[in-house]
Amino acid sequence: MSYLDDGYTLRSWLTTHDHKRIAILYAIAITGFFFIGGAAATLIRLELATPAGDLVSHDTYNKLFTAHGVIMVWLFLIPSIPSVMGNFVLPLMIGARDLAFPRLNLLSWYLYMGGGILTLAALFLGGVDTGWTFYTPYSTMFSNSYVLLTLTGVFIVGFSSILTGLNFIVTVHTLRVPGMGWFQLPLFVWAIYATSAILVLATPVLAITLLLVAAERLFQIGVFDPAYGGDPLLFQHMFWFYSHPAVYIMVLPAMGLVSEIVPCFARKRIFGYRFMAYAILGIASIGFLVWGHHMFVSGQSMTASLVFSLLSFVVAVPSAIKVFNWTATLYKGSIRFDAPMLYALGFVGLFTIGGLTGLILAALAVDVHLTDTYFVVSHFHYIMVGGSVMAYFGGLHFWWPKVTGRLYSGVWARIAAVIMFIGFNLTFFPQYVLGYQGMPRRYHAYPPEFQVLNILSSAGASVLAIGYLLPLVYFAVSLWRGERAGANPWGATGLEWQTASPPPTHNFDTEPAAPKTVYGYDAEADARLAARGAPASTERAEA
Amino acid sequence: MTARTAPLADAARTPRHAETALRMETAELGMWVFIATEILFFGGLFFAYLYGRTHWPEGFAAAGRRTDVVLGTLNTAVLLTSSFAVALAVAAAEHDRRRWVARLLWLTAALGVVFLVIKGTEYRHEWSEHLFPGPGFALAATAGAELFFVLYFLTTGLHALHLTIGIVLMGAFAAGTEHASGWAHPPRLQVAALYWHFVDVVWIFLYPLLYLIVRHS
Repeated sequence: MSYLDDGYTLRSWLTTHDHKRIAILYAIAITGFFFIGGAAATLIRLELATPAGDLVSHDTYNKLFTAHGVIMVWLFLIPSIPSVMGNFVLPLMIGARDLAFPRLNLLSWYLYMGGGILTLAALFLGGVDTGWTFYTPYSTMFSNSYVLLTLTGVFIVGFSSILTGLNFIVTVHTLRVPGMGWFQLPLFVWAIYATSAILVLATPVLAITLLLVAAERLFQIGVFDPAYGGDPLLFQHMFWFYSHPAVYIMVLPAMGLVSEIVPCFARKRIFGYRFMAYAILGIASIGFLVWGHHMFVSGQSMTASLVFSLLSFVVAVPSAIKVFNWTATLYKGSIRFDAPMLYALGFVGLFTIGGLTGLILAALAVDVHLTDTYFVVSHFHYIMVGGSVMAYFGGLHFWWPKVTGRLYSGVWARIAAVIMFIGFNLTFFPQYVLGYQGMPRRYHAYPPEFQVLNILSSAGASVLAIGYLLPLVYFAVSLWRGERAGANPWGATGLEWQTASPPPTHNFDTEPAAPKTVYGYDAEADARLAARGAPASTERAEA
Repeated sequence: MTARTAPLADAARTPRHAETALRMETAELGMWVFIATEILFFGGLFFAYLYGRTHWPEGFAAAGRRTDVVLGTLNTAVLLTSSFAVALAVAAAEHDRRRWVARLLWLTAALGVVFLVIKGTEYRHEWSEHLFPGPGFALAATAGAELFFVLYFLTTGLHALHLTIGIVLMGAFAAGTEHASGWAHPPRLQVAALYWHFVDVVWIFLYPLLYLIVRHS
């Protein structure tokens, strides 16, 4: 009996302790929030198709990009891969029955839902116009919008993140099967572990920052407002101390996912496993030291700016190592272009572009020209959307058979991946040029010479939207009419493929043995077996 | 950290002692990770303090002289004693001296309440001296003084909130020590004591920053 058959009532789902069910609860909620944030983006791109501010007022426009940012960052990206895939797959990957604290896991979901609903309430009541960055003193003293309600929602969602991270850390330390040492862990586990460390250490600082903003707004005291003796830079330091590591929360799990998918569909062991693990740790730790690169023009000292610029260059090194290693994994591999692989390859390419533009922005003198323009907007969308969201879709396509026990249409999945890739580039590449030419961000009207590129971008957005909507259709179809998946349809290594699809509630009928080598793929062995008409070597090993 | 042998957290399938041992190891690690998050939580406020003191040394000094160093020092002694009491309770629990465990835990909780009472007294004095941030703040003329008191009330307030949770926890364990089910057994008490010590350590950092360091200038 699978975990899906273990109780059909709504109550059995809402009071579950099963990490797999909780992952699905998260997945449904996150999908909802994704489309709400996407609706805000749609309105933004519609407005920007013409130079005049003619679709919405400037106030409404401010509320739209704020809603888009707040929802996409805190209600979609940060929880997405960790709370959906981390929750479902991590215990399976280490041979555990569940997370270390299953009830805490359920509490995390309820906190996420509570905070999410409060944030949505603020949106429907009239919205917030401060930008997702809540810069002071505007947010504390002047904004006439639902700042406090939104902050409270984000504060609560923050605790959901902290508890999830705590759960993952303790799980990885204490619940691995015997024989599975740290350097036998799949890289996805490493990535989730490092992400959890960031969640646990950075999110509390955001919580305190939001508390101080609330205090200043409620009691009109001078923490961040210079008119009352406060300092706006104090806010920026505290806010970015969290928010820079936050972007690594968004990208590290995606990197972990790519490290699972690429070896499987190249039928080859990951290149440089230890360097990949160390790079993950390097990104997580150095990521705490670069927050000032969001403040180059804020008035902080030149010395500080120089140090942050240098460290921002340094943090690119482990990321680059990962890109080289994924590429080296592909070399002489036996590559299959299934949908998960298309998304993973898309990630590698788009993350590289996004990362290189990050280096451009890290150069002080250039940043003075590019800051607060569409160049920055495009940079982070390349990484967060071209990178993380693509990887999230890759993970959905990779583990869908395991989660649901069904196969989806390979043809339509590949079509959707290509549409997404084309739509994404059409949307965001013109924004690099716009930014370089000087178009500022967060403006609802712009000079007419920028119109052509804006129209390209808006057109691209509609293509991208199709790419996002298609999976809803073929995934739904697969649930009703999809072919039943076996335990290991991709012939992948990893303990999650050693149990039924979908797994039983207790994950494994007998405790699995740790694999002797991680990523034990062998393209040559696969080819020899295929020539004899036998299934791939890893699948055979379990038969 | 080595991987466990055999047990998964399911009572139906695993030997009870191994499952308990695993549960305790995970519980203690969980508490340490939680403490790490709390360090960063208070750390944000410590950072704001550092920032303020660097930029407005006179304001912080003027404000810092207005905190009640006598009551603050008394409170520090109270809290340190309470930590001693809970440490003794853990030691007593290891020797299964249940009556002493209960007495010491009640003492710990009582000392925590004493701390809160003294803190409340300080807050009352500060209110009557117009040291609460907002309109009517007594030291509004000195830049940075209001930020000092914002941080003072936020840090001590948050600390008091955490202390209250600790008091309830200690009370629950004190009442539960003699309970037939044995839920308040030594390894679990150890984890709860860890929380109490953390609350104490936060105060140990707060005390010099809020009462001592700004006084000698």
